[in-house]
Amino acid sequence: MCGIAGIIHRGKSSNVGGEMTAMLQALKHRGPDSTGYAVYATSKNPEDYIMRIKVAEAEDRAVGHGVHKLIAERIARVDAILKEHGAKVKSKEAAREYALRYVLTHDGDTAAMATHIEEDKGTEILSMGNGLELIKDLGDASDVAGAYGLNDFQGTHGIGHTRMATESDVDIKSAHPYWAFPYNDISVVHNGQITNYWLMRRQMEKKGHRFQSNCDSELLAVYTAHNLSNGVSLEESLRRSISEIDGVFTYLVATKDQLGMAKDTMAAKPLVLYESDDLIAMASEEVAIRAILPQEIDTYDPYDEEVRVWQA
Amino acid sequence: MAGVSDAELKKMTQEERVTALGMRTEQLTGKSLYIEFDPDATERFTYPWAPDVDFNKRIEVDTDNMTSTEVNAKIRGLMNEGYGTIVLKNPRGKHSIGVGILSRLNLIIEGSTGYFGVGLIDGPNVRITGRVGWSCGENMMSGTIVVEKNAGSTFGAAIRGGDLVCRGSVGSRTGIDMKGGTILVGGNTGALSGFMMQRGRMVVCGNAGKNLGDSMYDGTIYIGGTIQSLGVDAVKAELTDFDKKWLTRKLTQHGLMPEKGVDHFTKIVAGKQLWNYDNLEPTEKKIIL
Repeated sequence: MCGIAGIIHRGKSSNVGGEMTAMLQALKHRGPDSTGYAVYATSKNPEDYIMRIKVAEAEDRAVGHGVHKLIAERIARVDAILKEHGAKVKSKEAAREYALRYVLTHDGDTAAMATHIEEDKGTEILSMGNGLELIKDLGDASDVAGAYGLNDFQGTHGIGHTRMATESDVDIKSAHPYWAFPYNDISVVHNGQITNYWLMRRQMEKKGHRFQSNCDSELLAVYTAHNLSNGVSLEESLRRSISEIDGVFTYLVATKDQLGMAKDTMAAKPLVLYESDDLIAMASEEVAIRAILPQEIDTYDPYDEEVRVWQA
Repeated sequence: MAGVSDAELKKMTQEERVTALGMRTEQLTGKSLYIEFDPDATERFTYPWAPDVDFNKRIEVDTDNMTSTEVNAKIRGLMNEGYGTIVLKNPRGKHSIGVGILSRLNLIIEGSTGYFGVGLIDGPNVRITGRVGWSCGENMMSGTIVVEKNAGSTFGAAIRGGDLVCRGSVGSRTGIDMKGGTILVGGNTGALSGFMMQRGRMVVCGNAGKNLGDSMYDGTIYIGGTIQSLGVDAVKAELTDFDKKWLTRKLTQHGLMPEKGVDHFTKIVAGKQLWNYDNLEPTEKKIIL
């Protein structure tokens, strides 16, 4: 089933982390397996990159105590690659042993560096960008927000997801949001099923894009990345997806300063929208919006094939 | 009783009695449930177990910190105490509020509800001051639901009776599989509204999305605005004087009467090239009588 949510403040920052946590916790019943956030803030240092990675999955625990050694080796490898590509690490934090946040500067080919890091199958870059912080892990919103210190995050906008695993495993790599590798600050969350996934995936792989999971939602991130890299606007990409991607879906895309939504031709997956002059909130269910806006407000369901894009 | 006395009816067989009462004017196909009309029985508007409520006995309930289950249990408890008017405050999008109420009640929900709000009801009058999520009023048998703001998709799915009113706009698949009753929408409706509609009437004052009335068996849809496209086997029909009178009465009753009247409404019915069942239920014929 899955739950998705998004919020964008126009022209100001707010406690986006706390707001997203409240919304996603209200959607827990739609997907208790994992929770993910992509939250955005205006960077104080535009030359900095924020990179979030994970270096272990649930399956890695099968090695027992050896997992700690494995994690340390993978982190050391990432550090070495960053150094090799000339990246300067300004800070490195670990919210959990396997989940790290780097702040770094880099003047070279960032996509090549990211590709190099991901050559190790156990290491995945969750996000890279100047304003994006992408966090996803097993558990509900309060678990994840508590572990990663998200409840006080100040930012302009964000999207999030509560996942009920249906077509792929309960693990972090199948959790949402997905980063649109290797394009900075682009993330996607999705509720639905994509029925031409393998066909589209092969097309994207032939064009050189990489997939980290077997989750159909990852296709939307790759598809969006492909379009944006070819100069297509976010709104046009969302619009094209309605005819090019088969299935039932509602998905949200966030960029550094935009938030967009698209609904399939059958309007089979829900989304409730609230829109005011300074705030737009959306979620699979009204109960999530009411978690942050208890006062009486007007909300509505977007119709089939509806595409919207909002500016921060 | 069409000139037939009770004494004469009592002497008849079941078949003769039904025919004498004018309930069988056409050949039934056997696909419908058959309910015999009993002239000795008085009308039963309530279930035998329904609590005896007093509409003047009113209470307000703050549902902010209650689960849906607790809210619904509270409603039943209050009805058993004789409360006939219950006001629910701060529902905050909770799902399944007010479901399964099978007797008379004035239920006022101040705020918005989530999915499956006031579904499976048979009798109460419900007013919701906010918005409702998907499947509001699903399977309702009788009563009235009035939603002051917008509604989500599958509004009035499979309803069998009563009036379901949304003053704002509704989502997609409105009245999907509806089997009776009336759905009234003040604004627009989305795609596939009236999908597989079997009976009843749907009135939309605004526009309708694509595939309106797709695969409908029967029933009638009236659209006041534009229709993006008609679905399979949905066809336009003549708007008769009877239709206009009915629309005027129904829309006036719920305060949705357009300033320009009802002459501009488009009437949509089943072409009956896809499905063609003759299955009016005897209970409906009884109403006609």
